[in-house]
Amino acid sequence: MTSEAIQERLKTIVKPYINNQENFEKLSKESDFINDLEINSANLVDIVLDVEDEFDIRIENDDMEKMTNVEATVEVIQKKLSAK
Amino acid sequence: MGIVAPNATGLSQFEQAIKVGKSGIEFHQQLKDLKFSCQIGGIPEISQVILDNNFTALEQRGLLATGLIYGGIAGQEAWKDAQLEINDELDTDTGIIFGTGVLGVEKLREAFNKIDDKQVRRLGSTSVLQTMASGISAFLGGKLGCGNQVTSNSSACTTGTEALLMGCERIQYGKAKRMLVGSCSDSGPYVWGGFDALRILPYQYNDTPELASQPMSATASGFVPSSGAGALMLESLESALERGANIYAEVLGGHINSGGQREHGSMTAPNSTAVKSCISQAVVDAGVNSEEIDLINGHLTATAMDATEIENWSQALRLKGKDFPYINSLKSHVGHALAAAGSLELVSSVLELKGGFIFPNLNCEMVHPDILKLIDEDKIPRKLIEKKINLLAKASFGFGDVNACVILKSYTNE
Repeated sequence: MTSEAIQERLKTIVKPYINNQENFEKLSKESDFINDLEINSANLVDIVLDVEDEFDIRIENDDMEKMTNVEATVEVIQKKLSAK
Repeated sequence: MGIVAPNATGLSQFEQAIKVGKSGIEFHQQLKDLKFSCQIGGIPEISQVILDNNFTALEQRGLLATGLIYGGIAGQEAWKDAQLEINDELDTDTGIIFGTGVLGVEKLREAFNKIDDKQVRRLGSTSVLQTMASGISAFLGGKLGCGNQVTSNSSACTTGTEALLMGCERIQYGKAKRMLVGSCSDSGPYVWGGFDALRILPYQYNDTPELASQPMSATASGFVPSSGAGALMLESLESALERGANIYAEVLGGHINSGGQREHGSMTAPNSTAVKSCISQAVVDAGVNSEEIDLINGHLTATAMDATEIENWSQALRLKGKDFPYINSLKSHVGHALAAAGSLELVSSVLELKGGFIFPNLNCEMVHPDILKLIDEDKIPRKLIEKKINLLAKASFGFGDVNACVILKSYTNE
């Protein structure tokens, strides 16, 4: 799957959790979940669970720690998908 | 005030429901499937519109704690009803005491299943909020931006009445201007199962649920399990007048005690000496004479203890026969909402004071003979009475031999 396609699906996943609509609409690779999208840090675990369900992968704690912005998250997903 | 009751959600609907004697007790297939003896109960109906008005789409995800749903709705209704706004700034003058017995048992069940299935990592972020006892006060505190004390009390069936008295004390001490007080209780088999096991619920009315809850009746056969939430905004008179708030009633005083499970008191039965002391000390604290009390909103769960309760009221107030005040029990309409009972009943009491009426007791065609030895039958209205009432006594008694009694007065701005 291309990183663009993953990012598009990720955008749908994070939508319910964001608190900054403006930054969400101009979402880019650099968008930071907490600082730009103003997602409550507790909800990051929910995003990880939603990502697991959406892509049928399993994300461990060390990978989760990296998932703070769009680009890093897409990379983790891509790595997991290619390892399947 | 705010209310989520099995017979109505929302203040105006609830007032109408208790006036016409609408029952909130229904048969529940789930209880039958689980082989409960008592397959009936009170579960509030919550429309998606009401849910959307009180919980964001995100808050609704995985939301299984019914007590939190009921309390969240009732608490926010009380806030709006008190003409308060939700601001970005912290409101340090307002606190919350919102109690419960156990919160989010359905969510706990989901968590237990996942944990046992070695899926703890998949619990998600809301497991803690939905299952901690203070989840309800924490939720409301965040929604409303309350910066004073925010806590949850827990004292079984006295929880709601105790919350009101605790909130009142905090205002009296000058530590808060306003306290949102109330209580909530989850619905369903995982809350009610323990009571079914105690064999204290009626099992003969699965086909006629609305007839099952019979406080003060000769044929009372146990309390009907129920659920919901009630919320009341307490405010110092000075603060309420200053902002021109709509004042429903005045809290004159009250008392909280425990029978210590002594002198025939036990985990489940009250020590009558302590009950009487609680009532009489509440009357003293309110600075009124017992003859002035127009109406009692009893605990009256529809068990054999109802006659004992009436005897305790009669002795504590030193009133009997035709001198005894009117008495009613909301449990005939909605069953016993456990930790939520006190606050549901307080809301009904305040509506009676404000609206000048006494709601009817349902399912009490034949009053228990032991009760008739103590008080006149006319004092147990079976039909709505439209009548100005001035003073009302409300008591709640709970498992663990705990008691709370409050004296309320209708408010006149003179």
